[in-house]
Amino acid sequence: MSTQLLIYIFVLSSFALYIGIAIWARAGSTKDFYVASGGVHPIPNGMATAADWMSAASFISMAGLISFLGYDGSVYLMGWTGGYVLLALCLAPYLRKFGKFTVPDFIGDRYYSQTARTVAVVCAIFVSFTYVAGQMRGVGVVFSRFLEVDVNMGVIIGMGIVFVYAVLGGMKGITYTQVAQYCVMIFAYIVPAIFISLLITGNPIPQIGFGGTTTEGIAVLDKLDGLNQDLGFAAYTDGTKSMIDIFFITAALMVGTAGLPHVIVRFFTVPNVTDARKSAGWALFFIALLYTTAPAVGGFARINMIETINGADGAGTLYAERPEWVRNWETTGLISHNDTNGDGRMFYSGDDRNEMTIDRDIMVLANPEIADLPGWVIALVAAGGLAAALSTAAGLLLVISTSISHDLLKRNLMPNITDKQELIAARIAAAVAIGIAGYLGINPPGFVAQVVAFAFGLAASSFFPAIILGIFHKRMNKEGAVAGMIVGIVFTASYIIFFKFINPAANTPDNWFFGISPEGIGTLGMLLNFAVALVVFKFTKPAPEEVQEVVESIRYPKGVGEASAH
Amino acid sequence: MAFESKEHAKQYWRKNLKLMGWLLAVWFIVSYGFGILLVDVLNNISLGGFKLGFWFAQQGSIFTFLVLIIVYIVGMNRIDREFNVQDD
Repeated sequence: MSTQLLIYIFVLSSFALYIGIAIWARAGSTKDFYVASGGVHPIPNGMATAADWMSAASFISMAGLISFLGYDGSVYLMGWTGGYVLLALCLAPYLRKFGKFTVPDFIGDRYYSQTARTVAVVCAIFVSFTYVAGQMRGVGVVFSRFLEVDVNMGVIIGMGIVFVYAVLGGMKGITYTQVAQYCVMIFAYIVPAIFISLLITGNPIPQIGFGGTTTEGIAVLDKLDGLNQDLGFAAYTDGTKSMIDIFFITAALMVGTAGLPHVIVRFFTVPNVTDARKSAGWALFFIALLYTTAPAVGGFARINMIETINGADGAGTLYAERPEWVRNWETTGLISHNDTNGDGRMFYSGDDRNEMTIDRDIMVLANPEIADLPGWVIALVAAGGLAAALSTAAGLLLVISTSISHDLLKRNLMPNITDKQELIAARIAAAVAIGIAGYLGINPPGFVAQVVAFAFGLAASSFFPAIILGIFHKRMNKEGAVAGMIVGIVFTASYIIFFKFINPAANTPDNWFFGISPEGIGTLGMLLNFAVALVVFKFTKPAPEEVQEVVESIRYPKGVGEASAH
Repeated sequence: MAFESKEHAKQYWRKNLKLMGWLLAVWFIVSYGFGILLVDVLNNISLGGFKLGFWFAQQGSIFTFLVLIIVYIVGMNRIDREFNVQDD
């Protein structure tokens, strides 16, 4: 059977599975729609959280980024997993005990203020939209390479699929589809990794093979260091970023992860506090499977890529005899060759000998082709990439529709609507959000890709301190929290906007505060948020008695029951 | 509240904070300490084909995070039972 036919079979049957699950798990009430009635077991909830969290960026882009960044890529590995420790220890159990539907719900009720609620809603919608546009784009890229349809057509098909199961099923449909998507995604990630690890090191476990030796008897990482240095790059295990920048970027990603509304909301869907803790543990377990495999995939892919382009002897492969994967990806424009020295050979390096332009995002998708793996593995990777993008998009769309129907309409503008009307509003909001996300995916404004990376900094500098103080500082008041959130997010956003959009020429380490790049500035914004909140608190009235009692009660697990309807 | 007294509730919260504090200390030392601040020192030691600092940054820290959450779950369940506030 041809590889192309296999790809169609794999992708179409995975779509049929998702839609089947959505029909089986339709939502009947707002509680079904928002939090799946708070009745999901911690293991499936952990899987769903993992699928929700691991986006097209994790599946498609991350290993490629690491393979180009080497040690510097560690910021993503530690940053996007370490946040779960904060979630499990400092947030999830308490937010579950609080028992509401959304993050703005918590902020608004804890700080007894509609202003705080509105600030939180605006932040949640902004963060989610920037994120979801990136997912839709990822869907388009996978479609255009593997299904040979136009990128725009790909986005529209993706929108259609998400529409069916997000609008019909709400959180309940999304949760169970995400479980299926996690299984597809992890299988698709690990299978090629095992094959390639076996080919390069003879060891089937990528995490061990990465620290093993190649068939020539050199340690994999020493070989990578050597290849990198011969070709004029920094050593693979060293990297080029300054220590302070690595520190701040890692912290911004960790704290940002713990502050992202679509991740936090997943802990409202389990029955009680004990399960919320367990669910965070399972989520990290399922995420760690992919995240510990990714650096190995990145390293192996780099060896394979350099060897197929530069040839085993390092003299360059004849362009006329270029490998199949180079031919396939040339048509997408994501890899290209410019024969500057006119010898008819390709050469990849970090200095002026370089003749290749290679997009980092193709590494994971092209990896099985580079290693010459069987057609069904390539088909599996295509289905996995789509699962990653669709599952995250659905989770984000749910946050947007909940923010509108619940936080904005029910809790703010139209408190008298019935449960049924609220559910209709939620479905309409989800449908409209899908339309807007699709539009952004087809016509990406130039800044979308960059903004996605900064969503973390914004979440870190706004939500995280307000939630932490709300739980651990009983007397913290609305004045402190609102002032902190505003100062934190305005500072972070201004710094990013200045260096990325107003004066990109100045975006060099000499001009940065203390050498902190815009990617890492969210950490400083978070510290400012805490500082401002505490200072303002000193000069204003502490939170009222009844709010302090609520805070007291969320600290103890007993008597949680179900997520309370309002 | 299922606690026998206010004093009991306070004790429960103190134990919770203590466990959390210890685990967060390990979290910080392993990721920011071993993986970033001390990476050059640790890279002089090798673990199989890995330099130790690099291993912590790309593999070890993630395994540690997982262990920390497991210890937290077990520890909190124990504290819950001690004060008789566990979920049924």
